Amino acid sequence: MRVKIALEEKGVRYKYLEEDIFHNKSPLLLKTNPVHKKVPVLIHNDKPICESLNILQYIDHVWNDEAAPKLLAEDPYDRAKARFWVDCFDKKIADCGKKMWASKGEEQEAAATEFIESLKVLEMELGEKPFFEGEHFGLLDIAFIPFSCRFYTYEILCNFNVEKEVPKIMEWVRRCYQRDSVSNSIPDQYKVYDFVLEKKKMYGIS
Amino acid sequence: MADEVVLLDYWLSPYGMRLRIALALKGIEYEFKEENLSNKSPLLLQSNPVHKKIPVLIHSGKPICESVALQYIDEVWNDKAPLFPSDPYVRSQAKFWLDFVDKKIYDIGRKIWTTKGEEVEAATKEFIDCIKLLEAELGDKPFYGGETLGFVDVALVPIYSWFYVYEKFGNFSVERECPKLFACVKRCFEKESVSKSLPDQDKVYSLVMEIRTKLGIE
Repeated sequence: MRVKIALEEKGVRYKYLEEDIFHNKSPLLLKTNPVHKKVPVLIHNDKPICESLNILQYIDHVWNDEAAPKLLAEDPYDRAKARFWVDCFDKKIADCGKKMWASKGEEQEAAATEFIESLKVLEMELGEKPFFEGEHFGLLDIAFIPFSCRFYTYEILCNFNVEKEVPKIMEWVRRCYQRDSVSNSIPDQYKVYDFVLEKKKMYGIS
Repeated sequence: MADEVVLLDYWLSPYGMRLRIALALKGIEYEFKEENLSNKSPLLLQSNPVHKKIPVLIHSGKPICESVALQYIDEVWNDKAPLFPSDPYVRSQAKFWLDFVDKKIYDIGRKIWTTKGEEVEAATKEFIDCIKLLEAELGDKPFYGGETLGFVDVALVPIYSWFYVYEKFGNFSVERECPKLFACVKRCFEKESVSKSLPDQDKVYSLVMEIRTKLGIE
């Protein structure tokens, strides 16, 4: 989703190939990302680029004419800070995300608590700014906003309310959704919930 | 304070080592502050409040933490020894391998000396598979960066300090399994900026023996 948002922000036309990542990865995916065999992979002029953050940085560098908005900050310190936050958040979500839908009882509660704590840290980082990097929608916003489509699922399964816990984050989510690049790229939160319920059934998790 | 560079680090950290190497290759003077990881300094806790981990580079009073510091160093001191390729496609390919080194090499390597019996064998096999993949990526180039050291070389070369440990407990020879990778790492180590930034293999081995005793493996 991060890549879709970035391409739309830059006004780049692209061909989208949906992968069946659970059952049947395509030969093209296996060829272009032979080591990790994961999406997303951007193929530009037949050259594959893997890993979402790498791809975002690649997109920003290649489509850098004046008409296209800049995704990365100019100052090396601000860029380093942005990369640090994305890395930080990705690791946290990888940890708690699965536990929130795939586990029960104390383990699930602990994961939910940890997730809310991370959102609170993010909320502090956002502060009073409209977007994470200031006045303009940038790399951090693109990196974080895709996770918002999972909020509903986590709220229902773990019994908490994101708006109540981190109201400024929800304001930021709504602000991001006003951009076509975001609303066109992120799936409906109810569709995500249905998908997770199916996955739980498939794995025999009640 | 202007332009002052401080590195909060721990002698054994491979992530710290790569920053030391980068700063040395670029001829940047800095103050090295060794942290006691069981008694972290207020400066560390204040500079990296999220993870409270080393390494932290502090440049003109501003902290840059852990994994993002290497690229920061390259972007700020970009006149000498460039580590990241300028071509964005080549850079994204190389970053992929940096990620691979970070996620696979040190964690799997650690299992070789912190486990016993079958677990050691499994970890050793997985480690050899990983370094073979890395070697395939190197091909016939002298360095991952091409004719000169790049950031993948800088990230990987700290492993040289660990070779003796992995080989002893895993019972294999890196040079025999991956002669080209071994030659590349050795070539990096022959540069003074690199060798003076890395701990001695014997010192690493002594610490590993201490930890193994504490873990009850020895």
